[in-house]
Amino acid sequence: MAIATEKATDARLPLHYRFTRYLRSHFIPAIGILGLIYLFVPIAVVFAFSFNDRLPNGRGSVSWVGFSTDAWTNICVDPNICRAVGTSLQIGVLSTIAGTVLGTMIAFALVRHRFRGRQSTNLTIFLPMATPEVVLGSSLLALFLSTRIPLGIVTVLIAHVMFTISFVVVTVKARLAGLDPRLEQAAMDLYADEKQTFRYITLPLVAPGIAAAALLAFSLSFDDFIITYFNKGPSITTFPVYVWASAARGVPPQVNVIGSLMFFGALALVLLAQLAGKVKRR
Amino acid sequence: MALTLTPGVPMAPGGEAPPERVKRKGKTAYFLLIPGMAWLVFFFVIPLGSLFLTSLERPLGSGPSAGYTSALRWQNYTEAISKYDTEFLRSFWYAGLATIVCLIISFPLAYFIAFRAGRWRNLLLVLIVAPFFCSFLIRTYAWKTILADDGFITTFANSLNLLPDDRILATPLAVVFGLVYNFLPFMVLPLYASLERIDPRLIEAAADLYARPWIGLQRVTIPLAMPGIVAGTLLTFIPATGDFINSQLLGSPRTRMIGNVIQTQFARDALPTAAALSFSLMAVILVVVFTYIRRAGTEELL
Repeated sequence: MAIATEKATDARLPLHYRFTRYLRSHFIPAIGILGLIYLFVPIAVVFAFSFNDRLPNGRGSVSWVGFSTDAWTNICVDPNICRAVGTSLQIGVLSTIAGTVLGTMIAFALVRHRFRGRQSTNLTIFLPMATPEVVLGSSLLALFLSTRIPLGIVTVLIAHVMFTISFVVVTVKARLAGLDPRLEQAAMDLYADEKQTFRYITLPLVAPGIAAAALLAFSLSFDDFIITYFNKGPSITTFPVYVWASAARGVPPQVNVIGSLMFFGALALVLLAQLAGKVKRR
Repeated sequence: MALTLTPGVPMAPGGEAPPERVKRKGKTAYFLLIPGMAWLVFFFVIPLGSLFLTSLERPLGSGPSAGYTSALRWQNYTEAISKYDTEFLRSFWYAGLATIVCLIISFPLAYFIAFRAGRWRNLLLVLIVAPFFCSFLIRTYAWKTILADDGFITTFANSLNLLPDDRILATPLAVVFGLVYNFLPFMVLPLYASLERIDPRLIEAAADLYARPWIGLQRVTIPLAMPGIVAGTLLTFIPATGDFINSQLLGSPRTRMIGNVIQTQFARDALPTAAALSFSLMAVILVVVFTYIRRAGTEELL
């Protein structure tokens, strides 16, 4: 009923007014959808090119050669590619664990405690995020070179933990600061001691923030090229470094397979987590 | 990050804010801080200091292979900057342009997700982040395929006579395009986070008081979204300025940015030049960041 009367009045409005109203209600969704398409065009290309055939000389090609599922059935045909993915996963997991623990501790200190040197602490956490990756990578390299620390997996790990800490602090801090302190006070009023309050109230409430921070840290580490490139030394090849190096010879379609797998894997993981959350709430 | 704002967690939506937490004093704070802060001091602050010393080193012979010795050679800075001033300016120009384009695309996108998406909100947020799990080098290569000279987009734009160089690849357009693409989520997510916190009743109130939608946006929505706009522009601008991947893969020698120069100088062992350039870049960025934060009147990032 209401809709019908609105339509009727709508028709009597002057044309330019109806036009701006139409624009207003459809413009924002249209831009939103265009933005999403823009984000997904390269993903579609990556997925499509994972079915690309190789050139007759066995090299990968940037343009379409022919349809083949070969890359999907023989992902590790070049053992270096799978070794590189393995290295990246290893570095990603280790630096995520270290970065998340260290960053979460700092976030707790910042939100929960009073201490001297708060300003300089905040600045030290903010600065790595305000520093371009070339500068982060090159300054660490300069340090390693001057102290003669051999480049390798250890130096890459050191670098990755360093740049993930700040992002973890910011993410966990946001979650912690949004918590209602009355919940913890209630637990204490009900005779929970500090440990119990932390274990049964604080930690479960902060957990999603910590999980988000860990996910962010892992994706930053797994995807990092610039800082890794500076500090890896000749012996280490992470997945992005492999992609970079293989570009000269033509990126093999297997790289696109791994890109697609990462994408669908992450999507499935996040959607599963969302579903699990929904089921739990019921 | 924003995904974690699930219902069921008391966030006092729109109502009274939870009471201020009483901050505890004691030694626990230092116990929590020391491991992480030590890591940052050893592997971020000290390297920066050592980079600064490197930037003042004096060459022992002619050419980088002869090595360097510590000195206070401030000329390194003037020499490096005057030699690479084009790349410097170009980096800030490309990064600034990319940031503005990102903001123009991201604001409606974030607004849509925050106010119009309803129950699709979480799914849309996941979709914004999801492309990030497909390595950024791979995605940039994909753009190389899409924008290729014989590709659909270039042919189409050429048939309309839109391109001055008859191609997209290897032009500044391609580099800025790549920068916009790669840093878009860094703009969308903070924007979303601050738009989502706005009470929609405030925007309605503006409309009830006869503010035209444009005025309401200008006077209510944008000021309230300012922390997100500041965070988003910084998170886009800073990495875009130092980036060398997009220029390397999508551009040409004519689109070289300062990141490319720093990287090649390091590869050539011209450490003082590379260090002086890195330090100048960082100094300019910090000045830009702090003036910007002052101007925008928000220190939420700090």
